[in-house]
Parts: sequence; structure tokens; C-alpha cells
Amino acid sequence: MKQLRRKINGLRRSPKALGIVMFAGLLVVGTGYSTVSAAVSPNREVVRTQEQIDLGKKIFLANCASCHGKNAEGTVNGPNLIGVGEASVDFQVSTGRMPGAASGPQLEVKPVQFTEEDIAAMAAFIGSLGDGPSIPDAAYLQANGDASAGGELFRINCAMCHNAAGAGGALTQGKYAPGLMNSSAKTIYEAMVTGPQNMPVFNDANITPEQKNDIITYLTYVQNNDSVGGEELGSLGPVSEGLIAWFGLLGLLIIIAVWLAAKSN
Amino acid sequence: MSTTQTKPQKNSFLAGTANYVDERVGASGILKEFGRKIFPDHWSFMLGEVAMYSFFVLLLSGTFLTFFFDPSMTMVKYDGVYAPLKEAIMSKAYDSSLYITFEVRGGLLMRQVHHWSALLFVAAAGLHMLRVFFTGAFRKPRELNWVVGFVLFVLAMAGGFTGYSLPDDLLSGNGLRIIDGMIKGVPFIGTGISSLLFGGEFPGHVVIGRLYSLHIMLIPALILVFLALHLFMLIIHKHTHFSGPGRKDTNIVGYPLMPVYVAKAGGFFFIVFGVIMVISTFFTINPIWNYGGYDPSPVSAGTQPDWYIGWLDGALRLAPTGMEFMIGEYTVSMNILLPLTISLLFLALVAIYPFIENWVTGDKREHHMLDRPRNAPTRTAIGAAGVMFYAVLWAGASTDLIATHFKMNLNQVLVTMQISLLVLPVVAFIVTKRICLALQRKDKEVAIHGRESGRIVRLPHGEYIEVHEPLDEYELYKLVDFKDYQPTLARPNAEGKITVGARVRSSLSRFYFQDRITPATKTEIEQARHHAHELEAQVQKAIESDK
Repeated sequence: MKQLRRKINGLRRSPKALGIVMFAGLLVVGTGYSTVSAAVSPNREVVRTQEQIDLGKKIFLANCASCHGKNAEGTVNGPNLIGVGEASVDFQVSTGRMPGAASGPQLEVKPVQFTEEDIAAMAAFIGSLGDGPSIPDAAYLQANGDASAGGELFRINCAMCHNAAGAGGALTQGKYAPGLMNSSAKTIYEAMVTGPQNMPVFNDANITPEQKNDIITYLTYVQNNDSVGGEELGSLGPVSEGLIAWFGLLGLLIIIAVWLAAKSN
Repeated sequence: MSTTQTKPQKNSFLAGTANYVDERVGASGILKEFGRKIFPDHWSFMLGEVAMYSFFVLLLSGTFLTFFFDPSMTMVKYDGVYAPLKEAIMSKAYDSSLYITFEVRGGLLMRQVHHWSALLFVAAAGLHMLRVFFTGAFRKPRELNWVVGFVLFVLAMAGGFTGYSLPDDLLSGNGLRIIDGMIKGVPFIGTGISSLLFGGEFPGHVVIGRLYSLHIMLIPALILVFLALHLFMLIIHKHTHFSGPGRKDTNIVGYPLMPVYVAKAGGFFFIVFGVIMVISTFFTINPIWNYGGYDPSPVSAGTQPDWYIGWLDGALRLAPTGMEFMIGEYTVSMNILLPLTISLLFLALVAIYPFIENWVTGDKREHHMLDRPRNAPTRTAIGAAGVMFYAVLWAGASTDLIATHFKMNLNQVLVTMQISLLVLPVVAFIVTKRICLALQRKDKEVAIHGRESGRIVRLPHGEYIEVHEPLDEYELYKLVDFKDYQPTLARPNAEGKITVGARVRSSLSRFYFQDRITPATKTEIEQARHHAHELEAQVQKAIESDK
């Protein structure tokens, strides 16, 4: 016992100690991380044929390579796409944001430029370059979760940029959080896992797939149910209400007052 | 009508009742006094009425809401019909607001009526104030009534804000948090006042109940008292009127209260009520169910106060950053104190403006004739500068929505507004004053030479002239009947000294009245008419000789 302790003490003072501790530390952190990240992004079966990849590469070279580089390695004009995942490609291209019309603070939604097969092919090509978030499982896109929990998650995590009613909002320097009233369940999910443009990533450790489904459930409810109080005025709150109060209510009453005063003369 | 006892007609219930009341409370005397009050007709005189009627609608709809609202901040689990909040933990106040919205019959409509009429109340009162300002209706003897009106406006804002906070949803909670921050920004006493108001650290468990007491008791009671005072003074002073033939400072031209105005005003009340009901039926206001119950952690994008608090929010947003400094262990937050001070100064200036103008003009006469805004160029220009200052602060509260909806850069919008706040009021002052003077000049020319008829005539010696038609009396009155002030000189007082006050006063007087257009005099008009007659004779002669 005593000898062992002496041996350890000796080891502690030896020059090798630093190396051993570092190795042990790295071993623990590394294995821990890989276990956790495996848990975080469940390795779903990704069906990706070589034909798709080839087609995707062709489309990529013709439409994307000028900014993202021939091997998707990125240039000064566009980021590296290796490891961004299928979800990212699907989100950007199927909402029409990519291919971008011009560089600016933020890429805007515009008419979609490619067919679904082409988008799937591009996604397969980018997916084949390195692992990243894949296209979400349809099970989480059914909007069948808990709307109440989803609403609370939405207010805590999303409302500060997207507005409590999902109407969108301004960010700094010309950037903005878009309105969510026309977003599909799939794009909402993909936006959360990929963090497009100025949006942070909400990975599965942060918000679990079930919770993402809850948020989608909440947003779908808001999308499908118009305000019970009448015209929503863009869900923008007191600013549009103030406009109506001045130009609708007071404006109408002034017209009536002018009419009443003119009547008597 | 007679106050002596007369025998009521047989079988006439109305006459019998009227007589019964008259013999006991002297109703006919009251009717005689009030019924013959004369009110002139002009659409802008009805803005105050709109404000008053929307206040009545507020009282009615608010009473309905108190039947169901519970201002408690006790946390409960939501068990109502609105699915996306099922099982959510929320305060009783928010829970009962949702109950009113979704489960009380007509509850949502009443909530919307209450909220829309609140917005209308303050808007109509504000516009009424501007009408009074720009027509000079605040001059002697009405200075005190201006102050009463000002107090009403501030009370209206207070009533609005306390009401806005009651549903205890995320939006109103964010608003309260800003107020809490502003209170805490006041050096030395801020923290103490905040914990007194909130009963400890924000948000605490008492503030909704306290705001409720203020909202349904103290503030409406004060509004009623000041409203009564406002109307009482209106009756004493009589209404003002615009110039016209036979209209003077010593009389009032219009229709009697009974029966014309009672019928008209009564009808107008129902029109106001009706318009509010229509808007409340078709337009959502404050959809509290979207915001969820208040929780201090989330803040939603697009969080704004109701429009009348917007200018204060704007002042906070436009304040430059990085102005804090420390005194010992106290942080002095100038980014809160500066907007707070400027807003209060602005309000104070509005409140005392009649006294400033009165001091500058030194005019002790009573004024019952209204000014056309152009005939008081400097006052109108000051008003325009004030409106511009308020408007920039107001727009400042929606910098984010301006940025997203007009696709602009938020930071640039903010900087533009900061510059505009300093520059635009000055521009508005200069431009308005020039426009007023130009309009006055035009008025004078039209008064003297008549209206351009578009008829061009060539005289025998070859000169072309345009024939001007003289104005009729009604139009002429409008153009020439206004008071003209001249800048005063600083005069020495009894001790032979020119005081600083006198100097300030004379320089202000110069500022007000240096650029001025005098009204066309009778001689000028008569001379011009004489000249016109001569011309007309020449023209006639020319036409005759042509034949």
C-alpha cells in the first residue's frame, strides 16, 4: 500500500505526468462527446443513390459552384458547404432563398428555382461530402404534439426575434427574422436544426425532436386558426392598432363631424 | 316657460310630469339657463365631443369587464377552451381575461370595444388639444381650462397604461418591465419606489391588483371631476367662434343648446358608439391569447405600447447609448434619465404655453374669436415644431417595424430618427412660418384686389389686364378680421432700469412678431375698389367703342 502510494507520488512528479493526464482527459472528453453526439443526432438511414449524387453534383457545378467553390469548399463569396447536411440544402433551396439573387444582409424568400428531384439530388450530393443534419423524419412533422408546451417553448426561444404571434421582426443591420405564417412544418424543423443565415442552431440536445414537434404543432394551430376577434392587422400589435385608431376610427368620425357641421349651414 | 304654477292640461302625462319636477327642483330655470346656451357650428369643435363620448363608452364597457375580471396574481392552471394554452400555468388575472375573451358571451366584443374606445379617447383628446392650440382658443379667459384639458390628457394616458397592464399577458408584462426599469433609473429613490410599487422585486404578486384599483377607481374618478370642471368652464366662458359678419369678441353666433344641440350631440354620441362597435366587430385588438401569460424571461419582437405611450418608448429607443456614469456606488443611467427629463420638459411646456404667450404679447383682453392658424404665424410654427418633435419620438417606437416593412437597416433607421429629432422640428418651424406668411400675403392681396376672374381684357391703348372680382362680405370678414401684434420694446421700469425680464420679453416679442403681415385696412380696400370701378368703366367703354 505504502509502496503503491509512493509509486503514484513518484509518477505525479515525473515529467510523463502531464502527458498521461492530458491523454486521459482527452479520452474521457472524446468518448463522452461521441456518445452524446450520437445520441443527439440519431443516425437515420439515409437513402442516397450514386445517380442522385451525380445529378446533384452536375446541378451544383452549374448553379452553386461560382460562390461555394467547385468542391463546395467555399469561396470569399459563399460559405463552405461540407458537413452542412441535407436539411440545410433542402431548407435554403426549397424556400427559394438559394440560389441567392444578390449578396446582402440576408437572402430573401423568392420563387423556388428547382424541381423537388433536383433539390433532393443537390441535398444528396452535399450530404455525401460530410455528415450534417439530415432531412427531418416525417414522424416529427405531423403537428400532433402538445400545442401548449410548444407555445411556451416558442415564446421562450423564438418570440424575441419572430414575434409572439410568428409575425417576424427586425434584427440589426438590415437583417430580420421572417414571419412564420406561411412556413411548412418541414422548413420550420429544418430551420431549427440547421440555423440558417442569422438564426442560431437549436440542436436536439437543446430542443428535443418531440419538443420541436410541439413547436410545430403550436405554429400550425396559429397558422390555421384566424383571430377570433376579426381582422388581425398583421399580428403586429399596438402599432397597426394605433394606425387604425387614428385613420380608421378617428378619421371616420372626423368625416362624419364635417358632414354634420356642413349639414346645418 | 314660466316658473309660476300653472294647471297641467288634462290627460297630458308629459306636461304633468314636467310641472311636478319643476315645482320641486326648479327645472325650468335650469333649462332656461342651459337651453339658451349658444354653440357655434364647426366640425373641429366636435373633436372634444368625440373624446367625451368615447369616455362614456369606456365607462360602460369597462363596467361590463369588471363583472368578470379578477386582478389576482395567484398562479393557476389554465382550464379554459383555448387549446394552445391548455394546462399552462398563469396568473388569475390572465386566466380571467381569457375567460372573458373566450367564454363570456360578448366578452371579447366588450374587451375590443373597451380597448378601441381607449385608443380613440386619447386620439380625439389629442387632436382636440391641437385644434385649441392652433386656433388660439387657449387665450384669456381660457388659460386655466387649457391646463384642465392638459391634466385630462395626462390622466387619459395614465388610465390607458394601467388598463394595458391588467391582462398580465406577455406584452403588457414587458411594458410594465420597461416602466420598472424607468423607475429604477431615477437616481437614489428609484429602487425604493420600484419595490414599493411592485411590493418587492419585479414582478411580485401585488402590482396587477394595485393597478386595477387605480384603473377602475382613482383615475376614472379624477377624469370625471376634471371633465366636469372642463365643461363647467366651457359653459362659463361660452364657446369660441371663427370670424364672420356680426361675429365679435363680445358675442357668440350659433344655435341654442335646446333643442338643436341636444338632438345633434345626442345623435353624435350614438354615431361615435356605433363606429366604435363596427371597428370592434371587424378588427382584432390586443389578441392576448397570442402572447401567453406573463413570464419575466421571454420578450417578444414587436413589443410596443399603445400609441399614446409610444412617444415615451420612442424617447427611450432614440437615446444614445453609453452615457451611464457612477457617483460613488450609484449608477446614473443617463440613457433613461435623459429621455425621461426631455419628455417631462416637453409636457411641462405644453401645459404652460398659454401663460408664455400671454406674457410675451402682454395682451390682457378677452378673446372669444378664434385665430385662423395662418394669422398667428409664429404660434402655428411653434405648434408645428412641437408636433414634429412628438411625431419623431412616436415613430421612434416602431423603428423595428419600419425597418422590416420598408426593407431598411434597423440601425440606420435609428440614427436617421436621432438626427430627425433634432433637425426636423427646426425645419418644420421655418417652413410653417413661411407658409403662414405667404398665405397671409395672398389673403391680403385677395382682400384688397378681389379674386382673379380669369377674364383678360385688352384696353384701347394696348394694355392687357385681368379683371378681379370683389369678394362678398362673408369672405372678406374671414380675410381681414384678425388681431395684429407688434413687437414691443424693452422699457425701463419705475426705477429707470431695464430688467433682464423685460429684455427677454422684448426679444421673445421680436421673435413672435417681427415678421408680420398686417390685415388689409378699410382704406386700402376702398381705394382698391375705387380703382377697380375706374378700370371697369374703362373696360366697358372699350367694349362699347368696339361695337
